[in-house]
Amino acid sequence: MKAFTTLTSTAAALTHKGRLMANVDTDMIIPKQFLKTTEREGLSRGLFFELKTKADGSPDPDFVLNQPAHQGAGILIAGDNFGCGSSREHAPWALLDQGITCVIAPSFADIFHNNCFKNGILPIALPAEVCEALAEQTGGANHRFTVDLEAQTVTTPEGATIQFNIDPGRKQSLLEGLDDIGQTLQAGETIDAFEARRAHETPWLQRRAS
Amino acid sequence: MSGKTLYDKIWDAHLVHTDPASGDALIYIDLHLIHEVTTPQAFSGLKANARRVRRPELTLAVADHNTPTENQAAGLEGVRDEAARNQLAALTRNVAEHGIEFFPMGDVRNGIVHVVGPEQGRTQPGMTIVCGDSHTSTHGAFGALAHGIGTSEVEHVLATQTLRTQKSRNMAIEVSGQLREGVTAKDLALHLISVIGTAGGTGHVMEYRGDAVRALSMEGRMTLCNLSIEGGARAGLIAPDETTFEYMKGRPAAPKAGAWEAAEAHWRTLFSDPDAKWDRVVEIRGEDVEPTVTWGTSPEQAIPLSGNVPDPATINDPAHKAAVERALHYMDLAPGAPISGTPVQRVFIGSCTNSRIEDLRAAAKIAQGAQVADSVRAMVVPGSGLVRAQAEAEGLDKVFTEAGFEWREPGCSMCLGMNPDILAPGERCASTSNRNFEGRQGRGGRTHLMSPTLAARAAITGVIG
Repeated sequence: MKAFTTLTSTAAALTHKGRLMANVDTDMIIPKQFLKTTEREGLSRGLFFELKTKADGSPDPDFVLNQPAHQGAGILIAGDNFGCGSSREHAPWALLDQGITCVIAPSFADIFHNNCFKNGILPIALPAEVCEALAEQTGGANHRFTVDLEAQTVTTPEGATIQFNIDPGRKQSLLEGLDDIGQTLQAGETIDAFEARRAHETPWLQRRAS
Repeated sequence: MSGKTLYDKIWDAHLVHTDPASGDALIYIDLHLIHEVTTPQAFSGLKANARRVRRPELTLAVADHNTPTENQAAGLEGVRDEAARNQLAALTRNVAEHGIEFFPMGDVRNGIVHVVGPEQGRTQPGMTIVCGDSHTSTHGAFGALAHGIGTSEVEHVLATQTLRTQKSRNMAIEVSGQLREGVTAKDLALHLISVIGTAGGTGHVMEYRGDAVRALSMEGRMTLCNLSIEGGARAGLIAPDETTFEYMKGRPAAPKAGAWEAAEAHWRTLFSDPDAKWDRVVEIRGEDVEPTVTWGTSPEQAIPLSGNVPDPATINDPAHKAAVERALHYMDLAPGAPISGTPVQRVFIGSCTNSRIEDLRAAAKIAQGAQVADSVRAMVVPGSGLVRAQAEAEGLDKVFTEAGFEWREPGCSMCLGMNPDILAPGERCASTSNRNFEGRQGRGGRTHLMSPTLAARAAITGVIG
């Protein structure tokens, strides 16, 4: 996993009638037809597919990520409960493939939130009014925000600095880009010991390997 | 010191250790369910790092998400969609390489992963169960801690049989009294989500408690726990009781005589202590729950069947107002209109929420001797090959086909539309599934979630009601 330290980039805000969209679900982030893949790469073509394309398949010029000022935006800003719905990790993979490595919203759904940390994406939770205020500053191609994970700050194009909270353990693993499985396997003896105890205490859960 | 909740007890019994650096807990996983869509990248990851599956015998694979619901006997060659076929072939290769038990498409034991686990007796009280699918919460009906995980976590569980996670908070859903005649677990779940919202349970494990929950059958309990994720909770739990043990007896993987007694004695310790501490309590009176349907594009946008869709003109909060306007526009509904009487063109009876034998019986009761409206195409997709066989043994397939329903082979089908079963743009569907998101059942498709009884009724009358 790639580490996340700092990011300086333009941002794109997902809005509807001037307000940040709440409950942006994983079907909206990447619809089902893009899940039939055995790869993690190349999923940006499915990102927000039904929002970014018209029914005839042509790009919708009104969609924020189709607008020239937001090309290459590395930060996405949205409303409450971002990423609700399915467990599909294709959602963060699609964001990553698009070059989005930071999502700012008032709140996130649990599984999506978790999946972000497994992929080097930083989800930042900030109060709704702060998110709305940030969204208003995403306007131009040179409106760049800076996210500093070590300092836990977002600096706006106007130079204001906003502090955010993050779980210290998750912060560390993002900063270092650690491999979870490699780390866990280092605790192999602890797992062995647990399994021995489990076999003794709940013997009916033992199954024969085929 | 206060007592423990059921969640606390299962958590403590599975805690392998707490990582001092990250603070992450390492939880042992008793059952890992896998399917074709969220595993190929996990197996590729294992291969790239020359890792093996630690406990293949604690893993069970099914093919369900993108399987066609007809002609399954033709096997993979019969799957016309090349991408779906490749994914199914990848699963077949991966399980063979790692010695994982697999019920392939066409095997009578195959079906939707959350129907198969309980049906086979693989799902047991007190277990930890994960699967790369958010509706894994279903298995909580047995008093198992069960939730969805992402593909990176699938890889982690395959390699280590553990999950790195953090403990959630405890939330009690107390449902007092009894549900009224004709009100189902589906209605209760949709009602609850409309009360707490789709983020209402975020960060919590929900335990469903109270007389109305105790009175539910195992299948009703599965429907209720299945929808926990739509209320934002990763997991839902119901303490096991006589209903649970009765359901489990004699299932292929349930403990056999001799082992059963010790298992049952353990299962009887799985309840929340009277002095357990809850971070949040939600109280619902069973009698207050009415037959409930969704009108919008989020499961929280649910109203009683007798109700009217909201009118944005009466909503002050700008974010809420914008969300309601967007949903009404997408669903093509007039502000303030009654939901009853809304015409549908499609009906889907199936999904991990409502495709078990009791669901099919409830729908068949309505279909018996009636005819599907000319304006409607209705489909019944049993949750597994065994559910299908049971329904056929009871003659339910005849009831459905004679009434004009299509009688399909098992799979996730039109719940998420990864296979050919999808809505055309603008089509409106009465669906027993779990998500009414924009485009969920097909781009531009409009989904109304409801119970099997209400969906069958919509098929016959052509309208919601």
